Amino acid sequence: MNENLPGWQRLTGILRDPREALTLSRGNIELWANLLIILCALVFMLLKGATFAVTLTTVFGIWAMLSISLNLVVGYTGLLSVGHIGFFGLGAYTVAILTSTTSYENLRTGEIPTFGWPFFAALPVAALVAGLVALLVGIAFNRFRDDIYVLVSFGFAIISFNVFLNLRVLTRGAFGIHDVARPQIGSWVFDTELELMLVSLVLLAIVIGISWFIVSSSFGRVLKAIREDEQVAEVFGYHVTHYKLAVWVISAMMTGLAGGMFSSWTTFIDPNSFILLESILLVSIVILGGLATIWGSLLGALAFVLLEEGMRFLPFLPQEYVGQARQVVLGVLLVVLMVFRPQGLVGRFKL
Amino acid sequence: MEQQSFTTQTAPTGLNGSGSDMTLELRDVSVHFGAVAALQNVSLGVSRGELAAVMGPNGAGKSTVLKAIMGLAPVTGGQVFWRGSPLVAATHEIVKQGISFVPQGRRVFTHLSVSENLELGCLYLNDRAEQQRRLDSVLELFPILYDKRRDMASQMSGGQQQMLALGRGLMANPEALLLDEPTLGLAPIIVKEVFEKVHEINEKLQTTIFVVEHNIKGVLDIASRAYVLDKGRLVHSGTPRSVQETNILTDVFLGRLGADSEEEP
Repeated sequence: MNENLPGWQRLTGILRDPREALTLSRGNIELWANLLIILCALVFMLLKGATFAVTLTTVFGIWAMLSISLNLVVGYTGLLSVGHIGFFGLGAYTVAILTSTTSYENLRTGEIPTFGWPFFAALPVAALVAGLVALLVGIAFNRFRDDIYVLVSFGFAIISFNVFLNLRVLTRGAFGIHDVARPQIGSWVFDTELELMLVSLVLLAIVIGISWFIVSSSFGRVLKAIREDEQVAEVFGYHVTHYKLAVWVISAMMTGLAGGMFSSWTTFIDPNSFILLESILLVSIVILGGLATIWGSLLGALAFVLLEEGMRFLPFLPQEYVGQARQVVLGVLLVVLMVFRPQGLVGRFKL
Repeated sequence: MEQQSFTTQTAPTGLNGSGSDMTLELRDVSVHFGAVAALQNVSLGVSRGELAAVMGPNGAGKSTVLKAIMGLAPVTGGQVFWRGSPLVAATHEIVKQGISFVPQGRRVFTHLSVSENLELGCLYLNDRAEQQRRLDSVLELFPILYDKRRDMASQMSGGQQQMLALGRGLMANPEALLLDEPTLGLAPIIVKEVFEKVHEINEKLQTTIFVVEHNIKGVLDIASRAYVLDKGRLVHSGTPRSVQETNILTDVFLGRLGADSEEEP
């Protein structure tokens, strides 16, 4: 079997000829990882019943949207951003502020106005707000790359968290925003888990579509060239600054979309959902899945959601330790994976 | 003693460095990196269809000459002229004006395939048919690249990567090709191949070539004009023969020029 094929092509190859799965080669580790994670997901969902499986898929949809949009920046363009949680928060807060109808008395400024927009009107605005902020931030970030980029995006994550926490006129600070609207078309309100899963998956499909189009276009080719050697890309006639800015803004807009979905799904958000740790987890998912592969990001998100949610049900684990144990297991897993497969589950190269 | 007097102007007939016949020319160019002067009042150039070589020891400012043309080095004095008018374009615009740069150390995109690498040489055209036509002609010129066109560039040897870098530079269909140390770190037999290929490009495609090289023997065989730089200054310009006849190169490489200037008050 061709070792250079991406994971999904190998899976379809096996469906055509099952004997291929038995040929043992180095590249097959990747294939087994693919199958194992998908099988685990299926078994887990069957065991825990339909409702849980549906919720899990919704969560997976949100994380997959995030990791795919981040992979455009980290994997394809080579800009290691740990600030994407800021755009996620911007999207979430935009949708929450625009759709929530719960009135709230601010200690200093009095009544905070409510807008009561429908979800599908607020969602594009969420993407636009994230994109606009990304444009401004990106102009400042464009001169940096590599380790400096990590630091400046780290700065952005901290700033955005503090804005969510302290700009109480809009975000209501630590109280958070209640009653974020559920998606609605006409009189059809998407308020069951199944309907929310559908919205999540449709949005995920849009994100995959946009990303796939970018990656396979000549624009995507230039992004890869920038990742490899920015100066040479410039010499060959590509205004690197514009390309970096464009992919940064597109990625932020899709992240904002995921944020909007998240806030509508939970119906309540507060700044704690947008802390730096979440951003690091997001980068871990991208690295775990593999850089510069959309399939890898999907697989990484699936593995992460499985671990996060699956750990709840380990029989020997007392309930009160579940939260901490999840972090430990995830941490150990990342270390082990980086030792044995630094290129991630289905990736081709290291960071 | 004035540094200028080291310049041995042996301008033979047909190669007078008057400047009017030069298609790409540096006039009195200085480059400073902070307080360090990499080039000081250097004037050199190349005529249309010609192959000019810039030689000199490490740190002489050879690569800086090409970087100054490409806008990758801060030009603090003088000007670069392209086809008779000043070249003021931004780095990413220069290739569209017909100057293509093959950087030192090959710098191919290692995680892309050979044909993807080549296509990046003229992706800015947004013209699939033209792109394919150029890809075909470059692959014809480099049979080794045709055989490996689907392989990752990282799987190629140094010599093959250099050919790929040359081919990528040619994809822009340049009028002038700038080569920065094309034989650096290559085995002698490969060096010969590279020089033959560069010569072939110059002869067949009539491409003007400006090559920076420390491999004097190989490059003097194919060049029609030669410059010698030392410590950021031009110390010799003329035909390749004039370089071989004088012992300017041994002087420069053994550091005798600097020593002389210290002895003479």
